[in-house]
Amino acid sequence: MSTTTFVLKGGTLVDGSISDILIDGGVITRIEKSLTDEHATVIDATDSIVLPGLVDLHTHLRQPGREDAETVASASRAGAKGGFTALSAMANTSPVADNAGVVEQVYRLGQEAGLLDVFPIGAVTEGLKGETLSEIGAMADSIARVRVFSDDGMCVFDPLVMRRALEYIKKFDGVIAQHAQEPRLTIGSQMNEGEMSARLGLRGWPAIAEEAIIARDVLLTDHVQSRLHVCHVTTAGGVEIIRWAKARGINVSAEVTPHHLLLTDDLASSYDPIFKVNPPLRTEKDVHALREALADGTIDIVATDHAPHTMESKECEWQEASFGMLGLETAISIVQKTMVDNGLLTWQGVAERMSHSPARIGGYEHQGQKISVGSVANVTLINPLKSWTVDRDLVQSRSRNTPFHGYVLPGVVTHTFYKGKLTLENGVNV
Amino acid sequence: MRHLLSISDLNKSDAILILDTATELARVSDGQVKKLPTLRGRTIVNLFAEDSTRTRISFEAAAKRLSADVINFSAKGSSISKGESLKDTAMTLQAMGADAVVIRHSASGAPQRLADSQWMTGSVINAGDGTHEHPSQALLDAFTIRKHLGKGGADLAGLKVAIVGDVLHSRVARSNVLLLNLLGAHVTLVAPPTLLPVGVESWPAKVSYDLDEVISQVDAVMMLRVQQERMNDLFFPNAREYSRYFGLNSQRLAMMQPHAIIMHPGPMNRGLEIAAEVADSARSVIVEQVANGVSIRMAILYVLLAGAPLEAGSN
Repeated sequence: MSTTTFVLKGGTLVDGSISDILIDGGVITRIEKSLTDEHATVIDATDSIVLPGLVDLHTHLRQPGREDAETVASASRAGAKGGFTALSAMANTSPVADNAGVVEQVYRLGQEAGLLDVFPIGAVTEGLKGETLSEIGAMADSIARVRVFSDDGMCVFDPLVMRRALEYIKKFDGVIAQHAQEPRLTIGSQMNEGEMSARLGLRGWPAIAEEAIIARDVLLTDHVQSRLHVCHVTTAGGVEIIRWAKARGINVSAEVTPHHLLLTDDLASSYDPIFKVNPPLRTEKDVHALREALADGTIDIVATDHAPHTMESKECEWQEASFGMLGLETAISIVQKTMVDNGLLTWQGVAERMSHSPARIGGYEHQGQKISVGSVANVTLINPLKSWTVDRDLVQSRSRNTPFHGYVLPGVVTHTFYKGKLTLENGVNV
Repeated sequence: MRHLLSISDLNKSDAILILDTATELARVSDGQVKKLPTLRGRTIVNLFAEDSTRTRISFEAAAKRLSADVINFSAKGSSISKGESLKDTAMTLQAMGADAVVIRHSASGAPQRLADSQWMTGSVINAGDGTHEHPSQALLDAFTIRKHLGKGGADLAGLKVAIVGDVLHSRVARSNVLLLNLLGAHVTLVAPPTLLPVGVESWPAKVSYDLDEVISQVDAVMMLRVQQERMNDLFFPNAREYSRYFGLNSQRLAMMQPHAIIMHPGPMNRGLEIAAEVADSARSVIVEQVANGVSIRMAILYVLLAGAPLEAGSN
């Protein structure tokens, strides 16, 4: 038995065919109806879907600065548990990842953990302040090879700064991932503005504050012929604008989080800040628009916006609490529940939206490759026939702020291979 | 019913029971000896994480007239001002054996957090949370309206009430809309569009931007306080213009029906939302609201802690 050679027996490929797969030396070397290899470790993949390793374009790893909430290593374990072989480390750490030093540190921490690829995202502006460009070139040319730039958590609000950033990144084949939130319309905002916020007396975060920025940014992107990625779209109106922009040929991509595909703002009526997230949970109408947009490709990808927070920043009054929720370990199950089980998306579609497309948008080498001979063996096995119960006390993340505690979800990730190496075996982290 | 967090915790018979209990208890307040032994040996904590002298004194008087032991826990100089979390405060109160916590807090939903958590087991009474609700104020307002305009009925069926002013930030308005509707009254909210929440269409109330149109139609008008911090925050051009459109002055007083009453939860901005001569007029029941507040809060404590039976279906 070898720890580098595996035969996956009887798994279902995304085209629906059933095949055995040989992984050897970190690469998929054979795909045949029936394979045997006396040196290989045999893994029974009966009933499981064989997916390319999942790629998250939006992850908060909290290191450096908030190692009490998460570290690169703990997020890597959570990622492996959720079937991911690549994460993208958002720049809003402390210190901010707005220079080559920090992105190289995060990159190295990812390599040391060794469970998946960690691709650092660089800040667009110094200190996320939205005023002056950060050292985009230095980060792009560093060993971290940064291509995605984002002030996520903050919106690049100043239209001139956004214009210059969109122009400048063209030199590096980069992309600006915008957190679309008009700051003046969202001062002190706590939740979606609508019937529920009116009743609960929590300050509203209007959909228009997201849509106005998306509209401005697609027009800017068109004008300077650059590339835009819209983070965590949450509104039906935002979807309409992106659909319009794509029809016009503007180079824009967009993501949706698993939680925005399932949860709605009425959960705020508990005043439990486990449901407090930015952008906020929206309405049923928005949820349906997001699902349709993900199905028809208007929204390109699912990204987790995994946002770990310590207990004390959630065990408090709603308005005192931090924004954000865990996402890595539940993402694929939520996607199965909201998109696959109701026929909106095939597993082929899931592979595109959670692996191929995010890797393409991020420019991530060796990620998002098809399950075919010669591909790097980043592979995830999920058994869609099984279900599991989310337990916040059993998460791999260092934090426990999952909004899905107690949910019974479909789809159990049983195995994750990263470059041909097992990082999750029978549902247990290696 | 263990807690009073929102008017939506009450059904109609719960609300009427509290009003009726308050009517009974008001007799005690009017008597020579103002005390009942009902809550002897029980501990009630007034947890006021936001300053409010009048509401705290009202709850304190109510608890004392029912012979409860009262502990006042105020923001200033307490552990709250030193950054203690709500959780730790709650666990401290639990350790002290609080049977009920009357909480005033600047964060909407803080009372519900206390009630839903495992941090403490006592009853939680919302004495005003952020811009969410102020149920005891709504109950005392309904009590006051019933006394003056109720014609002997248990509820407020058919009465027309205008709530005027900063509805957006008002916990008093939210509780009053729910309670007045529950009791059969018809509510009209009158405010500049900037001070009405998006989503107000879903409330069981009419909306008007024109006080002159509404004022002659109603049986009671409830003026809301305009907070100082709203003055320079783009909600209206300036205080004079606000006052001109939404202030209750003597001209508007003259337009009111002869039996209609004027209410204000206090503290008033005389000259802004209400003219001094209107506040002090014979139609004003503002001072009486304060007195009724003690009776209502006695009734709330009585019903929650002395275990008066409530009808099935209550929350």
